[in-house]
Amino acid sequence: MRSVAHARAGALAVAPMLIGVVPFGLVAGAAPVAEGLGTGVAIGLSTIVFAGASQLAFVDVLADGGSAVVAILAAWTINLRMVLYSASLAPSLAHEPLRRRLGAAYLLTDQAYALSVARWAEDDDEPEARLPYYLGAGTVLWLAWLASTIVGALVGGAVPPEVPLDFAVPLVFLVLLIPLLGTRPAAAAAVAGGVSAVAAGEIGAGPLSIVAGAVVGIAAGAVVDVVAVRARPLGDTTIP
Amino acid sequence: MSRVWLALVLSGAGTYAMRASFLAFAHRLTQVPPVAVRLLRQIPPAALAAIVVPALVRPEGHLDLAQPRLAAGVIAAVVAWRTRSVALTLVVGMAVLVALQAA
Repeated sequence: MRSVAHARAGALAVAPMLIGVVPFGLVAGAAPVAEGLGTGVAIGLSTIVFAGASQLAFVDVLADGGSAVVAILAAWTINLRMVLYSASLAPSLAHEPLRRRLGAAYLLTDQAYALSVARWAEDDDEPEARLPYYLGAGTVLWLAWLASTIVGALVGGAVPPEVPLDFAVPLVFLVLLIPLLGTRPAAAAAVAGGVSAVAAGEIGAGPLSIVAGAVVGIAAGAVVDVVAVRARPLGDTTIP
Repeated sequence: MSRVWLALVLSGAGTYAMRASFLAFAHRLTQVPPVAVRLLRQIPPAALAAIVVPALVRPEGHLDLAQPRLAAGVIAAVVAWRTRSVALTLVVGMAVLVALQAA
């Protein structure tokens, strides 16, 4: 029963995020239909790929007459950050059996990742509570994503174009980012990550600019972290 | 299978492989070296900022600071900082953007 309670906590934590997820899902469902790829492809993208930005890029490339290979590469490039998330979550789930970790991998999204990392960093964290919390959040996200994709595919362009639904996505990540900025290494990682991603985009890195920015940010945060640890008095070098 | 479906399945397979990459080998990671811990800890702020900042300062694919998304994002950031509320941040951020676009 305990794991049910943890799953419920994850599901409840993700609920307010659905305000950002559902409009995004509507767009992800409407776009393939609008480009003539059909409802089946819309649902296929949301279940088999299950990663919003890459789904839109995939549709965009094919709609602009790009090749299937370019569409695949665009989707993969945008989703490269999942490798970072996977690496970040792995030590916290090392105690879970392989089968469950492989199932959890399917539900890995920006939102499930950010929520879980924040929750697992809390003091009262117990290892057995981690996966249920993650799965609770991930399952609700998956259901909301699929449902909004189907509605978007069926209802199509009912959302007026002057409503900037795509802006909901960065706003959700903003809420996740702000509380992380309390420490110097994290602030350095964010500033370097954001500036580098913009710079990479300006020099034409395209979808790779997110990963490029993230890698530079991680390096900058790690450097500041090392300096901060050295600056502390001896005996106070524990890693929280 | 059509060309589009083949591309779709390959996109999904590659994406799953990236999601599973480190999770699949997590059982070998029980002793994580401190250097790795230090790097992993930087991933959330670095990755989130790499998504958020370009969305605010180059929404049309080129650097542009004189457009409503940056202003709406800054106001939303203040709301996020003061309230930590996803719902309130979304409502305020979207409302400010719509108002500025209409102005």
